[in-house]
Amino acid sequence: MQVLMSLQEEALALFARLDSPHALEEAKARYLGKTGVLTERLKGLGALPHEERKSAGAAINQVKGVLEKALQQRREALVLAQQERELRASALDVTLPGRLHGRGATHPVTRTLERIETLFRSLGFEVAEGPEVESDDYNFTALNIPADHPARAMHDTFYLAPGVVLRTHTSPVQVRYLESHALPVRIIAPGRVFRCDSDVTHTPMFHQVEGLWVAEEGVSLAALKGLLSEFMRHFFEQEELPTRFRPSFFPFTEPSAEMDIGCVICQGNGCRVCSHTGWLEVLGCGLVHPNVLEPLGIDSERYVGLAFGLGVERLAMIRYGVDDLRTFYENDLRFLKHFQ
Amino acid sequence: MKFSEAWLRTWVDPELDAAGLAHVLTMGGLEVEALSPSAPPFDQVVVGQVLSVEKHPQADRLNCLMVDVGTAEPLPIVCGAPNVAVGMKAPCALVGAVLPGGLAIRAARVRGIESQGMMCSARELGLSEESEGLLVLGAQAPVGQSVRAWLDLDDQQFTLKLTPNRADCLSLRGVAREVAALTRCPLQLPDFASKASNPEFGARVVRIEASDGCARYGGRRIRLERPDQPTPDWMVRRLERAGLRAKALVVDVTNYVMLELGQPLHAFADAALTGNLSVRWAREGESLTVLSGQTLALTGDLLVVADETGPQALAGLMGGQHSAVSAQTRDIFLEAAWFSPVALAGRARRLGLASEAAFRFERGVDASLTLEALERATQLLLDCAGGEAGPVLDLVHPEKLPQRLPVRVRSNRVRRLLGFEVAADTMRQILTRLGVCLEGDGEDWTATAPTWRVDLEREVDYVEEIARCVGYDQIPMQVPKAPLRALHLPERQRSRQAVAQRLQARGFQEVITYSFVSAEGERHLAMQPSPLELINPLSQDLAVLRSTLSVGLMETLGFNLKRKQEQVRIFEWGRCFLPAPDADGLCAQPLRLGGLWYGTRFPEQWGIKSEPADFFDLKGVVEELLPPGASFVSIQHPALHPGRSAEVRWNGQSIGWVGELHPRLGPAYDLSRMPLLFELEWAPLALEAWPEYRPTPRFQPVRRDLALVVEKDVPATAVLDALRSAAPENVDSVLLFDVYQGAGVEEGKKSLAFCVKIQDTERSSTEGELEQICQELIRIAEHRFGAVLR
Repeated sequence: MQVLMSLQEEALALFARLDSPHALEEAKARYLGKTGVLTERLKGLGALPHEERKSAGAAINQVKGVLEKALQQRREALVLAQQERELRASALDVTLPGRLHGRGATHPVTRTLERIETLFRSLGFEVAEGPEVESDDYNFTALNIPADHPARAMHDTFYLAPGVVLRTHTSPVQVRYLESHALPVRIIAPGRVFRCDSDVTHTPMFHQVEGLWVAEEGVSLAALKGLLSEFMRHFFEQEELPTRFRPSFFPFTEPSAEMDIGCVICQGNGCRVCSHTGWLEVLGCGLVHPNVLEPLGIDSERYVGLAFGLGVERLAMIRYGVDDLRTFYENDLRFLKHFQ
Repeated sequence: MKFSEAWLRTWVDPELDAAGLAHVLTMGGLEVEALSPSAPPFDQVVVGQVLSVEKHPQADRLNCLMVDVGTAEPLPIVCGAPNVAVGMKAPCALVGAVLPGGLAIRAARVRGIESQGMMCSARELGLSEESEGLLVLGAQAPVGQSVRAWLDLDDQQFTLKLTPNRADCLSLRGVAREVAALTRCPLQLPDFASKASNPEFGARVVRIEASDGCARYGGRRIRLERPDQPTPDWMVRRLERAGLRAKALVVDVTNYVMLELGQPLHAFADAALTGNLSVRWAREGESLTVLSGQTLALTGDLLVVADETGPQALAGLMGGQHSAVSAQTRDIFLEAAWFSPVALAGRARRLGLASEAAFRFERGVDASLTLEALERATQLLLDCAGGEAGPVLDLVHPEKLPQRLPVRVRSNRVRRLLGFEVAADTMRQILTRLGVCLEGDGEDWTATAPTWRVDLEREVDYVEEIARCVGYDQIPMQVPKAPLRALHLPERQRSRQAVAQRLQARGFQEVITYSFVSAEGERHLAMQPSPLELINPLSQDLAVLRSTLSVGLMETLGFNLKRKQEQVRIFEWGRCFLPAPDADGLCAQPLRLGGLWYGTRFPEQWGIKSEPADFFDLKGVVEELLPPGASFVSIQHPALHPGRSAEVRWNGQSIGWVGELHPRLGPAYDLSRMPLLFELEWAPLALEAWPEYRPTPRFQPVRRDLALVVEKDVPATAVLDALRSAAPENVDSVLLFDVYQGAGVEEGKKSLAFCVKIQDTERSSTEGELEQICQELIRIAEHRFGAVLR
């Protein structure tokens, strides 16, 4: 028995030492092969007395079982190690950049428009659209700006033909929408507008978002203030954003107001952007003039409308700190990629 | 509208500093655009009188003065000004004064001569950009008085950005009324004493022939004793601080009264007028040389004041040169009239004449002002120049004057529109302060606007007056309330964002380009170049409306290539404009999506060989945007490569194109490699495909590949479409997976490899069935396209 145990010890030590499958199989033959040590021992059992034969055989077979199991484990370990070596050899520099297709971005003006749309949709406003080449009637007359009204001089209008203009504001969509929809209505109308004016602070094309809410109840100057302040606070994500309304004049609203927000750049302390006033003018608004509603067959005693028009580029400039309006329309990819 | 604060305070003087006053005006709806001091800060500069002038012994250009500054001893001062003279009065900076720019005055010796101060020019005091010599102060200037006080330099200039409805504030009196109403400070009316008229002066006969344009005409002759008298300093100062340059007495007085009261005046040289005057529309063929020097051919919509020889003035706009008044004109005919806004609207702009008078008439002048203005101007003229005035002429067509119709103002209506509680009594007080005449007690009134408030027409106008006088900042912010209503969200509609995101994921950057482009760009890139032209473009580069997005995309490419970008992938979403009229009779303005790909397939990187993008790269991008059922056929488009461009068809119509820029256009855009472009109508892209449910098969599909050899110019899609339409129900798909030309395929032919899969949902398909189907497909390909199985 002693001999058997030391044989087992010796074989197990050998198996553990060997690191090639070939050497392992040779070692197997030495112990378990046809002429292997254990095989020879089994053959020698016949020489033993009958009563010892059984227990000696069992002892040999047990050792044989142990060795076979060890061999199998060792074989698997060697295969795994081999595989591991091969994988290591084919390792990549995983710090190299992946295969890139490149990614484009939304133009900052569109991005701002989408943000405005999302916020107003969340407040229950539908999005409406209208033509960019517009008739003089919709652009002016229907908005209480008759021919030769001095307010027309405030709009430097591009003409395509007598009576046909590039819309100077998104307000005509108010009229078009009211013509074709039942009350109450609550819409915004985003889009391009045009004025023949071009300098450091004006581009001949820019974007506005018009808002209109006409209803029997709920519309008033106080609601207008509440609505637009709510919008601006969420647009700029500043709960405490100060807002200010000043009387102003638009032919299609009465009363009319300009809305200022506390300068988000200097927090109202005065800086170049707000011309040291602490305020930024962001939109014009008011209650829809009865002269606009009545020609559309709307009873201006029963229905009250509020309307507003905001400049998208202005909000984009304030929001993203862009200091030159013209940058938006140069489309320099080095500028645009910042908005990814 | 610009004015001096000090002048305003002679009318109304609230206990507010300039900034406080500016805030009140801005919050009251008269936005103060600028508030600028009349002079930069300096002090210890007083009125000095030159007592003696002697040449400096050491320097030719310097003089040694003795200057009286009101102290016991005159000061010795060395001065280099060329205009210095004995007796003149000029600003003298005393020792210790600090002038604008930081110059500190100290006692010094100038080339050996003692100097205790400095005589100053206007430039040195920061009063003007340029000056020649000392600032000459009038003889009345009190020696020793602070120059700041004498010249009123602590004054501020207000610049109002007036809205077009507030014509009443285009005068000092108008602004003063506003300030009085907003601050409840009393209005002090200056003393306008009428001068006695001399009835012996023959009155000029005037006829109003165009009462639609001129409803009131007032005038008088004035004979000035000394018409060359200088305009008084105080008037010059007020004019200058209102942004008007002083010229000569008569012109200055007419301007002054216009600024003061809001009534434009015109003075004719009486001797230059022949016979009677008439106010009438100009006749075709007449012309007039106006004060600005332009000779204008007159048209029938221009109102003129004419004498018997022809037009002498464009009424309310500008006088004529022939009857212009100079500093030597003794006899003048002074006009104060009411011209209707309609008669003047747009004329100044059209003729390119800058006219303060027209600016006011267009917006509406108080029709009750003419006589008062005539009297005021007469008073000022006679006070300054002496002389006498003739009787006042006053022609009126009352029916043509603006009618002040009474308006019903209901306090409940006011509350509803404002959305908060205001006491009826508060409303009444506000309107009364504004000069509105109210009849009725209690909650509702009949309101009549004062003559100067031409903008108060309807009840809502009064609502605004009440709101702004209460103060917009007093209106509470109310959380808006409305019934909950779900928004319309059509599932079959794909949003612009969704499409944009696909393009962005493929590396395309959104751009926004102008809707107007150059005619040249349109000529290069449009399918049919006949663009809509702007009547008044800003420049030749922005002269026509785009009929294709390509023009802007190509310009953007050029801009970025100049900035060393090597790969440009951009898209734009916007309207194009086509001459065909739409339902409104305007023009067709379809929304489109356009894109451009220039340069390599991938951004430059280590793992991918740099290769130029080709037609199929962009076509793949386009295909992923298209609705199901879209197809491509080759087209001829003048801007595209004839062999590498395709029309996109859907539902039997063209919905756009994709292709490579025609190499012919390379030189025009300075390109050696052509970009790829596409343009698609937006409407079909916005349709979201509807998911069609079919049971998922439980059995495995069976596949067979077919390689068919056809003539090289047979379109692959034609073969594919034919196979697909011939395939029976259980054919799951027919796919084109290879196109091959070369060894093993006859010259002039190509091999198309298709994979056919059959897939029954109810039973397992067999190889035998597939074989039969493929035989049929091969037969059809052979029959239709002469295809041979490879």
